[in-house]
Amino acid sequence: MSTLRSWREIPLGGVAFRLSTDVKTGDWRALRPVIDQNKCTKCLICWLFCPDMSIIWDGEKVSVNYDYCKGCGICAHECPVKAISMVPEVGE
Amino acid sequence: MVVVKTLPEIPVKKGEPPYKIWIFEPGEKKELPLIFNLRQLAEQRRPALLPGHRMCAGCAAPIVVKLASFAFRGPTIVVNATGCLEVSTTIYPYTSWAVPWIHNAFENAAATAGGIEAAIKAMKKTGRLKYDHVDVVVFAGDGGTYDIGFQALSGMAERGHDVLYILYDNEAYMNTGIQRSGGTPKYAWTTTSPVGSVLPGKGESKKPIAEIMVAHRIPYVATATPAHWMDFMKKVRKGIEVNGPAFIHALSSCDRGWRHEESISIEILRRAVDTCYFPLWEWTPETGYVLTDRSLVIARNPSLKQPIEKFVEVQGRFRHLLRPENKELLKQLQEYVDAMWEDLLKRASNAPR
Repeated sequence: MSTLRSWREIPLGGVAFRLSTDVKTGDWRALRPVIDQNKCTKCLICWLFCPDMSIIWDGEKVSVNYDYCKGCGICAHECPVKAISMVPEVGE
Repeated sequence: MVVVKTLPEIPVKKGEPPYKIWIFEPGEKKELPLIFNLRQLAEQRRPALLPGHRMCAGCAAPIVVKLASFAFRGPTIVVNATGCLEVSTTIYPYTSWAVPWIHNAFENAAATAGGIEAAIKAMKKTGRLKYDHVDVVVFAGDGGTYDIGFQALSGMAERGHDVLYILYDNEAYMNTGIQRSGGTPKYAWTTTSPVGSVLPGKGESKKPIAEIMVAHRIPYVATATPAHWMDFMKKVRKGIEVNGPAFIHALSSCDRGWRHEESISIEILRRAVDTCYFPLWEWTPETGYVLTDRSLVIARNPSLKQPIEKFVEVQGRFRHLLRPENKELLKQLQEYVDAMWEDLLKRASNAPR
């Protein structure tokens, strides 16, 4: 840059233009939550408390979106019927 | 050039994606209802925070944002102070926010929100606003509220901007590596108040920020935790509906800084309320202090009040308090918590006499 830019040429601010759903945070996970569908009462407490929005309710059953789940285990701890168990990830 | 990529299509119900950007048609008048039935909520609402944010596993701040967004009543602009939430949800060029979002500087989140509110008011007056109402909500951490952003917050409250300020309080500067803040409790370990033979952690008590905001006599002040989610959502909705500044102090656990297991983030907040370390109350100029949810239950039945050990024992930052030689410090902490609780009971209008 040879000449100093005037205030009219400087951009107003940084604009984030991509959605973070492109970032798969699932690879942070050391423990994988597995839902026992027989025990699950579909109370959706796990859906409510999931910090990564990775519990999916499709109207019939609760499932985990492993693309984003960081494996914190809040769902397993908060589940009133203990239907979610945290199993260690075994990598390829 | 701005490129907006479409969201992944994982069908939730009748082709509805699980993650959606909030779009309101211009001229929309109806308010979003406050839903407490979780199945209805899961089917009808999408959180304002998208997955893929880089908050730590087990952090309670995304839960605070998620629950607050379920209580938004329509078009909302979110203002963020610098902090964990800001840096890890908007790592350039990615953003995790499904609502309009702005970050300005560490200290002026409240001033920015006040400016936005003034602009909305001016646009409404000249008929340029396409919506019936646009709400402004601030999310700020304890550093951006207790210490650095305090004068902007106080000024915003004094000028009476119609802004809801939500403080998610994780009780230290967790983003930069656990330095003490005005919100850190007494005897807590942080990297700048280390525990050793000289110091037993931080020497000073937590600043009563919510009571300072009560002293501003703004229309609505409340304390909340995401663990008591119904109470929290009700308070957020009240704070948005009120005409004037509103302040919500939400305790938010930090598993890195508080040194606890990731999975007990919500449990720990429940214990904070059960031990009366963090009582739940709301304040309006008309009603004064009103205890809510679990704290009201404890006020009516004092046998449910747990000793402070219940809160302290699961956290590594208080680990030194459980050593036999530090029994006196734990007793002092218990006395401080009890004194604060008795003081609140005296002021609360619905506490049993």
